[in-house]
Amino acid sequence: MPFNDDSDGFPSALKLLIAGGFGVGKTTFVGTVSEIEPLHTEELLTTASVGTDRLTGVERKSTTTVAMDFGRITISGRHVLYLFGTPGQERFWFMWDELSNGAMGAVVLADTRRLEDCFPAVDFFESRGIGFLVAVNEFDTTCRYQTDDLRDALDLKPDIPIVLCDARDRRSATGVLINLMRHLLTSRAQR
Amino acid sequence: MTSLGTEHDHWFDDAAGRLIRPYTVSNGRTEPTLRMELLSMVIATGRRPPGQLGPEHAQALGLCGTVTTVAEVAARLRLPAVVAKILLSDLVDWGVVDTRAPDPIADSSNPAVLETILNALQRRL
Repeated sequence: MPFNDDSDGFPSALKLLIAGGFGVGKTTFVGTVSEIEPLHTEELLTTASVGTDRLTGVERKSTTTVAMDFGRITISGRHVLYLFGTPGQERFWFMWDELSNGAMGAVVLADTRRLEDCFPAVDFFESRGIGFLVAVNEFDTTCRYQTDDLRDALDLKPDIPIVLCDARDRRSATGVLINLMRHLLTSRAQR
Repeated sequence: MTSLGTEHDHWFDDAAGRLIRPYTVSNGRTEPTLRMELLSMVIATGRRPPGQLGPEHAQALGLCGTVTTVAEVAARLRLPAVVAKILLSDLVDWGVVDTRAPDPIADSSNPAVLETILNALQRRL
């Protein structure tokens, strides 16, 4: 029998999602903050697909294999944080429902050269009520944008934090997660 | 990708990939006997298996010496998560592995948990 109470000595695994467009640095971010080298697995996710075959108009469930990278940060003997990079291809967005199930929060990584790539992730977390922030991964060191300009470009609500980061830098990437935790605490207190 | 460096290397070739098809190790089954999540925790109970374990079950059990997750076992076996779930659910059925499903709602909505994570992350700076 599996155990299901809190007194069994198992730590709790908590899930954070690292989302954003293809090639924006999600796996780099996960690898930078993880205490283990990023691991890779494939999961079968259920997707609802609108039929284009003879069952026209009938919404059918199908399963698709989605590859994902993840890392780990041990918080204490009781809590372990797992960071999952979401599949970057936009055509997979509908799968995030299952992937995001039970997620504590999310980081949406954005690249100023392709800001629009992160729109689906922003829309998704907003619609699902999952707390998130936007982290602009700066591939060069010159800060050419003000976060207010980026907020306007992304049409972000004022309460969603937007931060600049370097996904390759451990302090910077860890700082993004700290900002996310503060945001989750603040938004929870305001409910 | 660095080598796993242990006895299960012979199932994997860097050039060719996995040397056996994933569902071979689960006897063609595609459903675990027990519902498991990627973040279900697993650990070996220390009890003896009821009989001789096949190599894949033995590998999976070997990865459960300390508490870990289904996702990590799958990644280290280089198997799709669903196949790792089938192996692990067998081990649970045989009493050699214990498991616990994640309880994300209870944890994610608890400010004390968020504070604990915040403090732990700050110490990593």
